[in-house]
Amino acid sequence: MIFVIDLLAATLRNATPLVYGTVGETYAERSGVLNLGIEGTMYAGAFAGFATAWATGSLLLGLLAAIVVGLAAGAVMALMTVTFGANQHVSGIGLTIGLIGLSEFANRLIFAGGELQRIEPMPILNPFGGLGEISAVFDQYALTWIAFLLIVPAAWWLLQRSSFGLEIRAVGENPEAADAAGVNVARTRYLALMIGGALMAIGGAFFTLALLGSFTLDIIAGRGWVCVALVIFGRWRIGRGVIGALLFSLVFSLQFRLRILPGFGELPFELLLALPYLVVIGALALSGRNVAYPGAYLKPYRRT
Amino acid sequence: MIDSAPALELRGITKRFGDLVANDGIDFDVRRGEVHALLGENGAGKTTVMRIAYGLTQADAGEVRVEGQPRIIRSPRDAISAGIGMVTQHFALVGPMSVAENLALGRSRGLRLDLAAARRRAASASDRFGIRIDPSLRVANLSVGQQQRVEIVKALSRDCRVLILDEPTAVLVPDEVNALFATLRSLVADGLSIVFISHKLAEVRAISDRVSVLRRGKLVGTAAGSTDERELARMMVGRPTFGVERVADGAAPSAKPILRIRGLHVAGANDLPAISDVSADVCAGEILGVAGVSGNGQTELVEVLSGMRRPTSGSAAVSGTELAGADPGQVMRAGVGRIPEDRHASLIGDLSVAYNLVLERLDDFGNGGRIDERRIRAHAVELIRRFDIRAGPDDPVATLSGGNIQKVLLARVLSRDPRVIVVSQPTRGLDVGATEYVRSQLLERRADGAAILLVSEDLDELIALSDRLIVLYEGRIVGEMAVADADPEQLGMLMAGRGRAA
Ligand SMILES: Nc1ncnc2c1ncn2[C@@H]1O[C@H](COP(=O)(O)OP(=O)(O)OP(=O)(O)O)[C@@H](O)[C@H]1O
Ligand SMILES: [Mg+2]
Repeated sequence: MIFVIDLLAATLRNATPLVYGTVGETYAERSGVLNLGIEGTMYAGAFAGFATAWATGSLLLGLLAAIVVGLAAGAVMALMTVTFGANQHVSGIGLTIGLIGLSEFANRLIFAGGELQRIEPMPILNPFGGLGEISAVFDQYALTWIAFLLIVPAAWWLLQRSSFGLEIRAVGENPEAADAAGVNVARTRYLALMIGGALMAIGGAFFTLALLGSFTLDIIAGRGWVCVALVIFGRWRIGRGVIGALLFSLVFSLQFRLRILPGFGELPFELLLALPYLVVIGALALSGRNVAYPGAYLKPYRRT
Repeated sequence: MIDSAPALELRGITKRFGDLVANDGIDFDVRRGEVHALLGENGAGKTTVMRIAYGLTQADAGEVRVEGQPRIIRSPRDAISAGIGMVTQHFALVGPMSVAENLALGRSRGLRLDLAAARRRAASASDRFGIRIDPSLRVANLSVGQQQRVEIVKALSRDCRVLILDEPTAVLVPDEVNALFATLRSLVADGLSIVFISHKLAEVRAISDRVSVLRRGKLVGTAAGSTDERELARMMVGRPTFGVERVADGAAPSAKPILRIRGLHVAGANDLPAISDVSADVCAGEILGVAGVSGNGQTELVEVLSGMRRPTSGSAAVSGTELAGADPGQVMRAGVGRIPEDRHASLIGDLSVAYNLVLERLDDFGNGGRIDERRIRAHAVELIRRFDIRAGPDDPVATLSGGNIQKVLLARVLSRDPRVIVVSQPTRGLDVGATEYVRSQLLERRADGAAILLVSEDLDELIALSDRLIVLYEGRIVGEMAVADADPEQLGMLMAGRGRAA
């Protein structure tokens, strides 16, 4: 029982950055732009959030700094792919390399040679404290609560039910039609990429501001790429993307716990570590057939 | 009746694409309550000048005035707020979205998405102008005619006073054209102004108050809508008209079927069959016309005959070689040439004319994996001459006009002397000159003994070219007749699913 409760709590916790990243990437892709800058944006969000919180002593300012960095990263991605019409793969990977490099450079400047700096991470909240044993599932950080109770429904509503979301989807599906209907295609894509960037950066900041309370190199460790896969797994739907994030996180949290169980210890731990990724690849292979990509995926828009 | 103050006025519009002058100082105006047609061959610059009026293209020089006031139009948004609406040549609708969502798109105030208002606008358009559309349907599932209605309602719902229609009839069957014209008449009666782009003389005469003719980017002149066809054609192409004349029938078709289709069934979307029990023969030296409203199985039939789709049962054989289930390469080797409906999808826009001409037979132009550039070029030069393609061998196909693109496709297919030709909408969107050329090429092949299956939505074309006709409705053959026995009215009934020929 303890095992299950602990596993569920870990699943929610570990899914949090994936949820932010997946929702953010969904926004970018629904507008027609594949944002492979996600890995770098999460990394920069993690660093900027940590450095600011460390310098000011305020987690809130740290979070704000991450958001600002995410907005800027989204804007840079938009500048390259929307304004200049550059190749989205190259721009995104370039952005990721650039942001990781910048973050590590700034890290060396600010925390040169010293020992690992720590901040007091955000506290755990549990509004369901009185439920006895089970309530431990709900021992979660504020950013986790915000992700599931605020961001996911709000992002879903904005994308599927608001006129702005209609514009994002139209611009990603058929920018000519959106343009002819009077929608500003470039502006809409900028906004989608910037909102997406902010969410990705919050996802990154979750590691430093909540989970670890410190910044270490390779802190994102490919989770941005996982989000890119989860968006496809979720077929560009926010709800399905979140389910994918939970699934990945469940397997991820499970393999951690399996390692210490008798019998599993003999297995090479790399194999267990690879398990969630294998699950994603398998799920993608099964669900990835016949997926309907957004109609204008990867295509820059230019009036003729 | 017609008010003399122009609702929309274009003055000295000039637009260059590189060296090409697409519009050269064009003056055009449309008055309140008037249908003003813009007539011209492919590439005359009709679309360009109206895209400028709608803000989709920026002019190099010239002025747009709306009700006498100069307006600066940088985007469709500006045009919409100036009261200009446009139904573009390729519809500007978002396929996966509902009609209501398409109507709501671009009208946001704040974040609120008011689909109820969109539905109300659709209902009011249906009340006022008899344009019926169901706002809850997905646009991708609508027929082209329905999509066009959505486009018109979309423009009307933005309160446009000037409605530009770019070749609205190109995709419609006769019945739908009549319905469209009825709609347009009720719109002008309501005080709207309509710009009607076309290159079909009869239609222009039927609907317009005035006609302006463009030729090679220049305005040739403006005439009354009642001007006779020969005169309009002369203005448009610089010579009098022709229409499709069937060369006094050379030989009657042989009785030897080359293409034999038997009991063909093809599965479609939503578990409905796309084709049910279709059987037909096409003989050497015969053109079999396939009539029908688009979406009644023609596309699927052509795809089966091209090796792009597997039938669920039945057979289609060329002189004994089975095509059902074969791949496109095998189909080609069996002697079938295909000129598909979507010409752009069969050519590679970024590649040169020369390469596109050999795409289907690269093996013949190389040895051991090396491509023989010199022979490809020589081959292209020869075909460009033979098929009168107005382009150089090195021009990327994407830069060619519609008529020339179709000639490239024709050249590629016909130069291989196919015994069976499967051709779909061969003249859709082409001007009179190119149309005449394409049709004469098909008739020439027929005289040479090819068996031709011709799918077209243009009844005049089917009647002019075919020896026999079959009519498809909901995937079944609902009528079959010798062309001599066909009359358009009866065909129209069959195509609409009303009545079945004996
Ligand atoms: N974006 C563009 N870039 C380069 N050339 C263009 C572009 N758009 C149009 N043209 C060229 O400008 C000329 C006029 O084109 P336009 O589309 O206005 O003709 P049209 O009269 O509408 O012909 P159609 O009947 O085929 O629709 C053509 O020669 C065309 O190739
Ligand atoms: Mg045109």
